[in-house]
Amino acid sequence: MSVSRVMGTEVEYGISVQGRPEANPMHASSQIVNAYASAQVAARRARWDFEEESPLRDARGFDMSRSSADASQLTDEDVGLANVILTNGARLYVDHAHPEYSSPEVTTPLDVVTWEKAGELVMLRAQQLASARDGTAPILLYKNNTDNKGASYGAHENYLMRRSTPFQEIVKHLIPFFVSRPVVCGAGRVGIGQDGRRHDFQVSQRADFFEVEVGLETTLKRPIINTRDEPHADPERWRRLHVIVGDANLSETSIYLKAGTTSLVLAMIEDGFIHQDLSVVSPVHALHEVSHDPTLKHLLTLADGRRMTALELQRIYLEMAQDYVEKHTGDSTDGQTRDVLDRWGSVLDRLERDLWQCAEELDWVAKLKLLQQYRDRDGLDWSDAKLHLIDLQYADIRPERGLYHRLLAAGRMRRLVDPDTTSRAESTPPDDTRAYFRGRCLSQYPDEVAAASWDSVIFDLPGHDALQRIPTLDPLRGTKQHVGQLLDTCRTAGELFTTLTR
Amino acid sequence: MAQEQKHSRRSSEDEEIAADVNETDVAARKESLDDDVDAILDEIDEVLESNAEDFVKSFIQKGGE
Repeated sequence: MSVSRVMGTEVEYGISVQGRPEANPMHASSQIVNAYASAQVAARRARWDFEEESPLRDARGFDMSRSSADASQLTDEDVGLANVILTNGARLYVDHAHPEYSSPEVTTPLDVVTWEKAGELVMLRAQQLASARDGTAPILLYKNNTDNKGASYGAHENYLMRRSTPFQEIVKHLIPFFVSRPVVCGAGRVGIGQDGRRHDFQVSQRADFFEVEVGLETTLKRPIINTRDEPHADPERWRRLHVIVGDANLSETSIYLKAGTTSLVLAMIEDGFIHQDLSVVSPVHALHEVSHDPTLKHLLTLADGRRMTALELQRIYLEMAQDYVEKHTGDSTDGQTRDVLDRWGSVLDRLERDLWQCAEELDWVAKLKLLQQYRDRDGLDWSDAKLHLIDLQYADIRPERGLYHRLLAAGRMRRLVDPDTTSRAESTPPDDTRAYFRGRCLSQYPDEVAAASWDSVIFDLPGHDALQRIPTLDPLRGTKQHVGQLLDTCRTAGELFTTLTR
Repeated sequence: MAQEQKHSRRSSEDEEIAADVNETDVAARKESLDDDVDAILDEIDEVLESNAEDFVKSFIQKGGE
């Protein structure tokens, strides 16, 4: 009925040590996380608690055996890499060879934007702190998804869904949506193919790295629909849909529409509202083709024989969503749901009419416009290193160097969230999920929180030999409304624990 | 319903666009757009890393996720 649901994003940042391509990226990533943790995380550093994590659980209902899993799939074994929880409820850690920020749980697309942008501020501060040390070369961070040499790293979305929805329905109705979604929320890339061997522009950073339709992997044979099933909530009631097919976006509109439109499509799937079969023939290939055609004219073939562009396919989803919202909530529809529908429609209209009209809102259009202006002025071929540099530097997170940030400062990209709000979100959790409880415990009782995770906060209390665990299995409890006053009145973690367990 | 609204919005925008197009306007606008483009490219020239080829070549990542 609306765009609201429990959701969050995880972004792995590209990392390099200036002038030292041989530098160890795990070491550099640890420096980033540790620099931020030392400066921003008070006294004792709460550890991430892995007890509830099961990355090998599959939404289709079976567990992959640990011995048959690739080492890169085992994320729940604490390998001694930096891993901290922040007072805004987020997790900052080293994932393989990249620093990663996992946002706190939020409930609206606009809050996805706010706390994902807060993550960019975390990374920026971490980079400044790590680079300020004597004798260290500056560490550069990029919010992108590929080095254009064959490696890709992710920007994942998580959506809490009802367990009762058959997984096959999710797969069936979501694949055509994901195949066409890059025209709205692609981040743009110079280079075709995983290693970028063909010189041209494409709409998505990630599309070429997808090789199968459905699967558990995230690093090998990446699937359009990832089946990892770790709800971090009551598994009888909920599943967490882990979406790995998206690009890392800098544009606030791209992030907002990515979360908002996906959440609406999921709501329609949960309510059994989608009756037509929009299945696309050879979806993996189709995803590549959509991405490779920035003119947006490529015709997809549907299983029923219809042929249509990605824009037309997106429009069918839009019209179903308009109809769905009208039928379910009508005049009482909330403002953000209306806004997502309006912007989605407006973006599709303008992309169809004249895509440059979206240059201030969508990453891939903004990037392509800039590249095209360089090509026109300097007569550059797509193989020119300068165009590759523009692609890369668009994602540099430094306001003084990053090209997205230069466009923003010049008034050529639009904001949806004011900078003060984002800045506040760097240290403050959202009010309306359990991240509120986690974040406030961290800021209020830093010495007593021994560990935390999405679904628990673990205290080390004076007078108790054992650690005391407060489970937070329901993502919608532990909100400001539930525990705000309690946290205001409990001066110590001991008091809080006694009150909660009395 | 949604369809109708969309079409009516589109046609009114088209009228607006049609109404304010005349040749001198177009020429003047093109000139100011060109200046605009030059200004942003000049600004970006200043912040682009200096040796594009080396810089791009040395950006090597390990896969993630």
